[in-house]
Amino acid sequence: MKILVAVKQVAALDEDFEMRDDGRDIDPDFFIRDLNEWDDFSLEEAVKIKESSAEPVEVVAVSVGTDEVDESLRKCLAKGADRAVRVWDAAVEGSDSIAIARILAAVAKREAPDMLFAGVQSSDQSFASTGIATAAFLGWPHAAVVSNLNYSPGTKSAVFRRELEGGMLHEVEIQCPAVLTIQLGINTPRYASLRSIKQAAAKPIEVLSPADVGLAAAHVGETGSSSRVRRMFVPDKGRAQLIAGDAAQQAARLAEIIKEFKGASA
Amino acid sequence: MSGILVIAEQRRGELRPISLELITAAQGLRRAGDEVAIAVLSDSPESFSGSLSLAGVDEIVTVKTAAPEFDPDTFESAVGALIAKRAPDVVLVAHSVDSFGYAAALAARLGLGFATDVFDARRIDGELVATRGGYGQKVHVEVDFPGRSTVLLAIRGNVFKPPESPATPKVSAFDAPPAQSRSTGREFIELSAGDDVDMTAAEFILTIGRGIGEEAKVPQFRELAEAIGATLGCSRPIADAGWLPKSRQVGQSGKTASACKLYIAMGVSGAIQHLAGMKHVSTIVAVNTDAEASIFGVAKYGIVGDIFEIADELRKHF
Repeated sequence: MKILVAVKQVAALDEDFEMRDDGRDIDPDFFIRDLNEWDDFSLEEAVKIKESSAEPVEVVAVSVGTDEVDESLRKCLAKGADRAVRVWDAAVEGSDSIAIARILAAVAKREAPDMLFAGVQSSDQSFASTGIATAAFLGWPHAAVVSNLNYSPGTKSAVFRRELEGGMLHEVEIQCPAVLTIQLGINTPRYASLRSIKQAAAKPIEVLSPADVGLAAAHVGETGSSSRVRRMFVPDKGRAQLIAGDAAQQAARLAEIIKEFKGASA
Repeated sequence: MSGILVIAEQRRGELRPISLELITAAQGLRRAGDEVAIAVLSDSPESFSGSLSLAGVDEIVTVKTAAPEFDPDTFESAVGALIAKRAPDVVLVAHSVDSFGYAAALAARLGLGFATDVFDARRIDGELVATRGGYGQKVHVEVDFPGRSTVLLAIRGNVFKPPESPATPKVSAFDAPPAQSRSTGREFIELSAGDDVDMTAAEFILTIGRGIGEEAKVPQFRELAEAIGATLGCSRPIADAGWLPKSRQVGQSGKTASACKLYIAMGVSGAIQHLAGMKHVSTIVAVNTDAEASIFGVAKYGIVGDIFEIADELRKHF
């Protein structure tokens, strides 16, 4: 039995970041990289299933990106993934979520897992589409925003709850193998112990090119994408009127605002 | 071919508000001669015709489905067939949980131009250009779709105002090919979680976020909220950690602060999902140590400072 977990290394922006010369992205020098928060939950879900399964289950983390991504894959290995796969070559540069999904699907065909998890979205680009597009390329059943899952590897179906808007859940049964996108809060992701971090260093990260998984260069990168970034810019945003002073002065002004509100609504 | 196809969203017999917002989003993309058609998928789609008969809609397309509620395979198949038949330039769907479940699959399968969480879409020199956020909304990203004859855009909620004037669009029925559904919807479950608070009715809310750091700090904010007469709310991480019940979560997947007039956010960074539940509040005061936090982009007043110090000082006034 095998569960494939698609993960992304996301970038947060450093203070005073600068644009890349072509104006279509941020200068990567200002990136603070980490494993996508959602993916921490989907990995944990896979590892939990593995730990509670009577049958042996292999958890494989897969990501698309340069060798910088190995750091996030090591984190996955330290948290319980058995091995990791990373796909990259220069042709992948400029891929949007659809092109990334095509690569993930190609890896999934090679790995033939019983289930594929992805995060609902990434914290940096927030496309909320990579996992479900991957399912389309595989022709697999799929569901998004899973906040509770009942699945035993090897069974033909799983039952889960989709987290809808406004505090509502929807219970659904799905045929397996399937692609599920996992929501925050589905579990409590573990911290990697020092010992597991050390062990992770010895676990394999297999590095493949798109060609290795049967994809031509034209199917990835900008030509394989369904959108193209024209430009990126910092918006003129509405700014709050800042309340100056030390904590006592700031709190005094806040107290005034509260009392004004109460006076008006009394 | 041409025209704009809008996919309405309904749940349990009610049209979701975003459906009407999509009609307004479509108007900005009309070219001469373009018609805006809105399709509604349900086991009784005609029941929505009345509420969709609004200015800006040229045609209502009813699509009868076997199941009453959203199902990814049914939607993919029916919307795919609609696109094949009508060949619209643009298809608009909501950036919502239901769309998360099928829009990307449709775009991938049909080779559509595709962008999600779009809050602005227009034609620049004839080219469709969509704008979305990037890097936790710190930047805006303009995307286009070279070589794509049909572009699918998932539109962010609460951006476009719904049309108000009634109209009398034509109504047509579309026979969707039968779909083989690989998942089965069971029941809907309303989260109540043993707390009788109604965030949607509260006029004054004090919300705590990740910035409080640990569960042990929750009681002091509960006490502060009580002292100042506010209802205590929270952002997602606090509810996920179980420090406050889910019923107190404000945001997209939690509650909307519908009746709120004064909203104090302490240690809330302002993820887009949280903002969706509160950015409409007329007076928002944000307290955060990070001067760059996105919450300051929607707040009327901002305090850059330590939430614990501010809380202690504020308590002395009540």
